[in-house]
Amino acid sequence: MTETRTHTGRHTPRPGAAPLPRMIAAQAALETRMLLRHGEQLLLTVVIPTLLLVLFSAVDIVSAAGDTRAERVDFLAPGVLALAVLSTAFTGQAIATGYERRYGVLKRLATSPLPRWGLMCGKTGAVLVTLLLQTALLTGIALALGWSPRGNALGAALLMLLGTAACSGLGLLMAGTLRAEATLAAANLVFVLLLFFGGVIIPLDDFPDELRAVLEALPVSALSGGLRDILRDGAGLPWADAATLAAWSAAGLAAAGHFFRWE
Amino acid sequence: MDAPPTASAVEAVGLVKRYGATTAVDGLDLTVRPGTVTAVLGPNGAGKTTTIELCEGYRAPDAGRLRVLGLDPVADAAALRPRIGVMLQSGGVYPGVRAIEMLTHVARLHAHPLDVAELAERLGLASCGRTPYRRLSGGQRQRLALALAVVGRPELVFLDEPTAGLDPQARRATWELIGELRADGVTTVLSTHTMEEAEELADDVAIVDAGRVIARGTPAELCGGGGDVLRFAGRPGLDLVSLRQALPVGGDAAEPSPGSYVVTGDVDPRLLATVTAWCAQHGVLADRITTRRHTLEDVFLELTGKELRP
Repeated sequence: MTETRTHTGRHTPRPGAAPLPRMIAAQAALETRMLLRHGEQLLLTVVIPTLLLVLFSAVDIVSAAGDTRAERVDFLAPGVLALAVLSTAFTGQAIATGYERRYGVLKRLATSPLPRWGLMCGKTGAVLVTLLLQTALLTGIALALGWSPRGNALGAALLMLLGTAACSGLGLLMAGTLRAEATLAAANLVFVLLLFFGGVIIPLDDFPDELRAVLEALPVSALSGGLRDILRDGAGLPWADAATLAAWSAAGLAAAGHFFRWE
Repeated sequence: MDAPPTASAVEAVGLVKRYGATTAVDGLDLTVRPGTVTAVLGPNGAGKTTTIELCEGYRAPDAGRLRVLGLDPVADAAALRPRIGVMLQSGGVYPGVRAIEMLTHVARLHAHPLDVAELAERLGLASCGRTPYRRLSGGQRQRLALALAVVGRPELVFLDEPTAGLDPQARRATWELIGELRADGVTTVLSTHTMEEAEELADDVAIVDAGRVIARGTPAELCGGGGDVLRFAGRPGLDLVSLRQALPVGGDAAEPSPGSYVVTGDVDPRLLATVTAWCAQHGVLADRITTRRHTLEDVFLELTGKELRP
């Protein structure tokens, strides 16, 4: 196209959005870098799960977990993987997104060429990359501690993806509706509560029946229980747990989509 | 690639935006000519930010018609967003991100961005490029926000108080960049509450008060007719009749607020001598004598009866 311009300078308009895959990849890369750079996040996503794995497999604190170290690792590893999902997809994402909302980052990006759903894809990408790194690290440590996983890895991966969707939906719901400080406090509280009551380090069998029925319906319990069925007991895909996670995912993501406030 | 030419970069007619019981924008009309710098000028709370955010598509107006580059900012947001650059009044950046990292990121969201290193250099961000945002100074944050607004080579940029809180040197750099944008055919809409900025940068000025445009025009048009003024301070209640009689033909004197005097007319050395001579005769120690052009600041004061800067 020929066109006469009297002047062509550095700022001469040449607007245009980058291709969508490039935008989403850039967003995911940026968010991943910031997740990994953030000290408090690393405490949550790496240090705490690693410490729990090492400590509780070495020391016989929780009797029902197992009598030997190998038994305890077989019990703990699936729970710690579920905790990794909780830490990144729920707590980490909720806190980061809450502050992004508070500091106007979401507002600023809303006028960039990246559509909102593209921004969400970028976030999901960052969560998945982080989880992949966490899973590799925690699996490595567990194996070094004598973990002997059984069952179908694909089924375990599917459960973890469902768990990620469920935790993401709930995390984004919190980040998009509460103040950043409230999100920070609540997301950490939920993390600690579920650490103890989500079947991560304490078997749900240790709780009274009435309480157990409630706890088993929580997403982390479904994930840790389901992963344990596969990885420790060599079971096929635990459909009940998968269905629980799918239900949480649907409810959480729908609520987040509906109630999320960008400013 | 080129969009069909639109008559106006921004066309707002009868814009209304309410927040609960407050009406932030109350029947505002605004026209921005392509390739110009338009300053939206007004005191805090006049509705400047709301107006700009309506143009950016953050929210829909409650009433009125708004077209930005010929598009509806809310309904056509996807088409509009790549073509505009936005500088928010504050924030908008991840606290932990490094300055250059954020600039590179936003550049990556565009098809033909500016060279990041060069832009950073020109805005004085090169030395703090690796500093996390939360540790940048206020001025550095402002300059980063400006860089983010222009890096995608937009047709139209919205700058919400681009120099608020900047030191004179940084303000000068910002003004230079806005001048370059204009020279290169970019349309700029900026809000400001400093008259100096509007006079320095703007082709057109829209003076906003209480959610409406109360005057519009080029700075010269707005200030024209007012002529020059001589101001001085003295004890309150001087004899204005006597002062007027002393002035050359066409001169006038007033005391808009106690102890503050304004003399209009042909402001030249003779007038200044006349006034000081009159003061000497009447035993008045005139203080803070200034002669200057009738400014937008005066226009604003005359139109609203309010000082722009409280």
